[in-house]
Amino acid sequence: MIETPAVPAKAAKKNAIEVRNLNFFYGKFQGLKNVTMDIEERKVTAFIGPSGCGKSTLLRTLNRMYSLYPGQRAEGEISFYGQNILDATQDVNLLRARIGMVFQKPTPFPMTIYDNIAFGVKLYENLGKSDMDDRVEWALSKAALWNEVKDKLGQNGMSLSGGQQQRLCIARSVAVKPSVLLLDEPTSALDPISTGKVEELVHELKQDYTIAIVTHNMQQAARVSDYTAYMYLGELIEFGETEQIFFKPNRQETEDYITGRFG
Amino acid sequence: MHMKVSPLYNRRRRANLIGTGLSMIAMVLGLAALAWILLVLLSNGFAALDLNLLTQDTPAPGTEGGGLRNAIIGSLMIVGLSVLVSTPVGILAGVYLTEYGDTSKTAEFTRFITDIMLSAPSIVLGLFVYAIAVATVGNFSGYAGSLALSLIAIPVVMRTTENMLRLVPGSLREAAFALGAPRWKVSTMVTLRAAKSGVITGVLLAVARISGETAPLLFTALNNQFFSTNMEKPMANLPVVIFQFAMSPYDNWIRLAWGGALLITLAVLALNILARVFFREKVRT
Repeated sequence: MIETPAVPAKAAKKNAIEVRNLNFFYGKFQGLKNVTMDIEERKVTAFIGPSGCGKSTLLRTLNRMYSLYPGQRAEGEISFYGQNILDATQDVNLLRARIGMVFQKPTPFPMTIYDNIAFGVKLYENLGKSDMDDRVEWALSKAALWNEVKDKLGQNGMSLSGGQQQRLCIARSVAVKPSVLLLDEPTSALDPISTGKVEELVHELKQDYTIAIVTHNMQQAARVSDYTAYMYLGELIEFGETEQIFFKPNRQETEDYITGRFG
Repeated sequence: MHMKVSPLYNRRRRANLIGTGLSMIAMVLGLAALAWILLVLLSNGFAALDLNLLTQDTPAPGTEGGGLRNAIIGSLMIVGLSVLVSTPVGILAGVYLTEYGDTSKTAEFTRFITDIMLSAPSIVLGLFVYAIAVATVGNFSGYAGSLALSLIAIPVVMRTTENMLRLVPGSLREAAFALGAPRWKVSTMVTLRAAKSGVITGVLLAVARISGETAPLLFTALNNQFFSTNMEKPMANLPVVIFQFAMSPYDNWIRLAWGGALLITLAVLALNILARVFFREKVRT
């Protein structure tokens, strides 16, 4: 956080995603209730809250992941640089190429490390061999994995350790050059050292990407995020700058959760 | 140190002993039957094994010697063609069931039909193919034989493919979708690839299953005393040769039937071992 809340900086603020009156349903069960929030460009926004509060659900509406499942639907508006992505006419594949996602468990594809990265790139770009080599190196470097794997790009992605696999997944998402990265509890299956590396990475990546991260770990939210949203039972209870949420929350519920009296 | 043993515990221990004993007896009975079959097969089969088995064709009635060359080649061709047809059909159908149809009515109906096909007596399938591909054409043929075997193999490949694809975690699919991959790319490049060894295992088991089928071939490929690679005509094949020769009065025919039975058994055994090796590789990665 910067010391003085300079007015010009505030004016330059630009939202990548604006969520308006979002309701989400798993069949009859309502998973999100009237959520309205902004996700600022090139900042890290963290979603916290107890299990089942809807934070992962919210994340999965942002890239329309829920559309894979027939019983799930969203109402309201999610504007991604002015375009309502909940529109039935929205091409979800194109959307997902621009809004990447990394999951809780590392999910390397059953192919070589190189092909894991190249898979997504090939979907939307026609690169020659040397351009693709460059892209693979660039993405792996971005994910701080290049030095560890540069001599074994031909090995199966599954042969890496858990932490390396997760960074491979981040590299894979970065490789397609999205503008937003959604991270769904990206470190909950990792050891502390790998967690530290991923957190550093999040810090690096926000120079170029807008990041939304779901986490169960409040220290993590405090460490990596600029904005924090506290959710409970499908509602957005409080949303603001991370410092404010953690040090002087406006709502009693938020304070109870953050101080561990509840959750 | 003396531990007091309660009567309840004693009773439970006795029940356990009886249970274990009964299941051991059942196991021994099953194993003994299998061992007996193998013993008879091996002793008779190996007595029939010689080079002529592979180089000479099935002998005419009343002549000496002879081999199974035409039947071996015929079986390989009929089964081979059937595998070429049923592998892509079965795998694609399996992919449809898991990746596309899932719980839709069409998929449920397909599954139901597949279950019926899996348990349908093979002689019924043979008769069906006889009616549509033999009676209409006017002669038995290797093609009809392949078709009948395909009808048996397709549901097997389909079901194993479906089961293996279901073992692929949903998170892997989601990860591929999250990159903006269309469904067909996710299915072929990621899901099917992740299930590859299981699917290959299914194909191998289907081959093992159809290579010993006799009833469907009786009505379709029939048999041919001579060497022939023309699949439009009746074709010699191991199961039907075994069936005919084993019931014949000629000693050399009966000997050849044992030789053929041994060959099929060894081939099926090899396929099963191969399938296990493939499956083990999957578990390791």
